[in-house]
Amino acid sequence: MRFEPGQQVRVAARPHEGHCRTPVYLRGKAGTVASVHGSFTNPETRAYGADGLPEQPLYGVLFAQRHVWPAYAGPAGDTLVVDVYEHWLEEA
Amino acid sequence: MGHDHDHRHDHDHDHEPIRHDGEPQAAARVRALEELLVEKGVITRDAVRQGVDWLVSRSPGDGAKLVAHAWVDPAFKERLLTDARAAADELGLDAGPSPKVVAVENTDEVHNMVVCTLCSCYPRALLGPPPAWYKSLAYRSRAVSEPRAVLAEFGVELDPDVELRVLDSTADVRYLVVPRRPDDTEGLTADELAALVTRDSMIGVAQPRAAEPQPA
Repeated sequence: MRFEPGQQVRVAARPHEGHCRTPVYLRGKAGTVASVHGSFTNPETRAYGADGLPEQPLYGVLFAQRHVWPAYAGPAGDTLVVDVYEHWLEEA
Repeated sequence: MGHDHDHRHDHDHDHEPIRHDGEPQAAARVRALEELLVEKGVITRDAVRQGVDWLVSRSPGDGAKLVAHAWVDPAFKERLLTDARAAADELGLDAGPSPKVVAVENTDEVHNMVVCTLCSCYPRALLGPPPAWYKSLAYRSRAVSEPRAVLAEFGVELDPDVELRVLDSTADVRYLVVPRRPDDTEGLTADELAALVTRDSMIGVAQPRAAEPQPA
């Protein structure tokens, strides 16, 4: 595990071709690791018949809504938790 | 059904036969995929039938039992929030084949609401098949970008002081919301409480039903 709860992380802004479970709306956004779910096979390779190994750690990452959506109409305290695999996360 | 007589329409223009089988495009695509997978020996028809049987046999009643037990038993609630699969096992409930099931608790401070923006990930084993709106593009996009407006359309006006936390289940985790226990339900049994726990309240887009007023 490269990251632990409370740590600041950023979702990689790189483009990606093919199957991917990291939503485009999060690319380049910074958040905080809220939970560590364990390690799971990588869906990006498994989708094409591979075994998905090595397994990727999966994190629940907490984002401030107003950071993700600059025009967010709700209160400043509203949040979004998205599960992101480790190879999509960078130190922030 | 075929027929070999000379077929006459009662109008005289030519057109392709009108088909009334009404199969949606997505269903036709799934059927074509299934044919190929069976032909190539990847899956069997029996496995598909068993999968469909399992899915339609699931219902929100199982999730409701978990929630009601959590409401009456704080120690069980802690176990549910720590490891939902193990807690389901305790009650003899099947949490399903998903790699991980996580229960999150709504409180006075935080209201959780679940979406899968990428497809339709959903704790099917505990809630049954997801509703059509959960799979719609409108819900999947608006639930993350304007969730309070979506909640208002479901009839939930959330206090601005409450943190609305949207969970986008993009990966291997399926989320089950434990809604807040309704007021004036102190005397109810777990079974009576379970009847108040709706599917939508476990997705986080609604509050549970209110209790019937108790006789004085």
